[in-house]
Amino acid sequence: MMTLQVNGQSHEVDAEPETPLLYVLRDDLKLNAAKFGCGLGQCGACTVIVDGKAVLSCVTPLMLLEGKKVTTLEGLGTTESPAPIQRAFIEEQAAQCGYCIAGMMMRAQALLQRNSKPTDAQIRAELELNLCRCGTHMRILRAVHRAGQLMQTADASPAQRRTP
Amino acid sequence: MKKTPRLIGSILALAAVAGAVAVAAIVWRPAIAAIEPPAPQSFDSALIKRGRDLAAIGNCNDCHTVRGAKDFAGGLAVPTPFGTIYSSNITPDAETGIGRWSEAAFRRAMQSGVDREGRHLYPTFPYDHFTNVSDDDNRALYAFLMTRQPVRAQPRENQLSFPFNQRVAVAGWKLLYLRHGTYQPDATKSAEWNRGAYLVEGLAHCGACHTPRNSLGAERTQASFAGGDVDNWHAYAINSQSPAPVPWDADALFQYLRHGWHPDHGVARGPMAEVVSNLSEVPEGDVRAIATYMAGVFGAPTPDAKRRGDDVLAQAKSKEAPQAVAGNTGGAALYAAACASCHGTDRGPPYGGINLALSSAFSGPDARNAANIALAGIRPVAGERSPIMPGFADSMSDEQIAALLDHLRARFGKPAWPNTTDIVRDARRSRTASLQTPPSSDATKRDKP
Repeated sequence: MMTLQVNGQSHEVDAEPETPLLYVLRDDLKLNAAKFGCGLGQCGACTVIVDGKAVLSCVTPLMLLEGKKVTTLEGLGTTESPAPIQRAFIEEQAAQCGYCIAGMMMRAQALLQRNSKPTDAQIRAELELNLCRCGTHMRILRAVHRAGQLMQTADASPAQRRTP
Repeated sequence: MKKTPRLIGSILALAAVAGAVAVAAIVWRPAIAAIEPPAPQSFDSALIKRGRDLAAIGNCNDCHTVRGAKDFAGGLAVPTPFGTIYSSNITPDAETGIGRWSEAAFRRAMQSGVDREGRHLYPTFPYDHFTNVSDDDNRALYAFLMTRQPVRAQPRENQLSFPFNQRVAVAGWKLLYLRHGTYQPDATKSAEWNRGAYLVEGLAHCGACHTPRNSLGAERTQASFAGGDVDNWHAYAINSQSPAPVPWDADALFQYLRHGWHPDHGVARGPMAEVVSNLSEVPEGDVRAIATYMAGVFGAPTPDAKRRGDDVLAQAKSKEAPQAVAGNTGGAALYAAACASCHGTDRGPPYGGINLALSSAFSGPDARNAANIALAGIRPVAGERSPIMPGFADSMSDEQIAALLDHLRARFGKPAWPNTTDIVRDARRSRTASLQTPPSSDATKRDKP
């Protein structure tokens, strides 16, 4: 048994310490935003935020998460009250099949928390590890810029009011 | 007796003049007249192509191009024990590059480390190797560089401490360490071996990283290829002291240098990544020649080393679960949970990583390279087939990574490193540049004629 902090809540998890975080999120906590893509830390579909940093949950075993705070896409906003990053991706229609998008949003979120006005080059470099086979890259770029702007304006307020 | 003081005075005066002449002869070099930048069309295209290949073998772009900036425009900060040196602009820009250099001026710089104006260049520019480059090859290199896009970019001033900021000091350094001379073929060896020797000891300047340096920054010729430290990486010994678990041979060296990896040795990363990237596109025969010569430098493995290599290979290829190492359950558990899904399979790249029993990173003299890779991973290279590995800097602490590396070191039967945690901490601190994402754009690709 281990206590896992996810999206502001404590969960008692009955899993081996070497279990990848991704499996616990999806199978035990039913948080399905993070996706299984390659299972090798190469595609970025499983990206979540741990203590402010984008982390690949498929190669992050539970034993590394003692006392740390995990945030998944579900922790940022909801369908009714989307977070700035989610609104921006919707408004730019940045998803096609959508499989990579949760990971893209989480890595972009971690970037925007450090730097709300990243340049194109910074976004490209940051998201380099997240693969998209549909090819919505240009829309993803626009969405990240838009999210940065939303985070600085009152437009972001609905999502910010929401308490996790 | 009266005359003695005058005689002594005369002798002293003469000695002073002779000394001054001698110093001037050592220090002073004339300027070579500036020329109008030659038109690119004035160079033969076959010569330019050969120069391109030679520039790739010489790895010129690695130091003379800042990642993401204009090709060959210089400005890369090269840290040395004496301060920081900024690489020069070697594009044919007339004001800030080498646009006004004649071929003679270029050749002199390569052979004796003096710029067109007659100033001594710091040996960060490895003219101690380039002095071997033939006039024909210098002509080709010159043709290649003079037909690149001129870029107006003035590199920053070097930041060196006294007395190293005095270029006169470089003249003294050359007196001690620069040995001029074109390559003399060894008639007892094959043409391929000789070609390899000419490249390795000259233009490819392998020893610049792989040979340890003395306190004045010169290569210790008694310890050729015995391993060196560069840019916070360890350049492994590539002679008989090589730490490679499986001994290298010419075929393995060729595959590694040409394709950037070998199934029994792993992938080339750190500063070696740029080298193998360059060698992937030069004439294959030159890479074969380098491999042939270097195989001789490594030497044939002793029967003991050969048997150990065979054992390691057999162990790596068997599906046996790794044996646990007492006293480091944390490291073993981390390996099983975070690493084995790639490194504990026998899938080749990109779907699997090398069995770490084969990696020099764990049999080398310190934990530096392993720490760098565990923290930063291996980033894909834009536009190339390249290996990839996620970094663990954001999910593992220094202590956890150290436990992991110590576990692997012990598992492969090597004596413990004394200070793994310190090295990981230092790697995290000093390699911040590599932990951040490098900019990737078309501008980072090499210029191709």
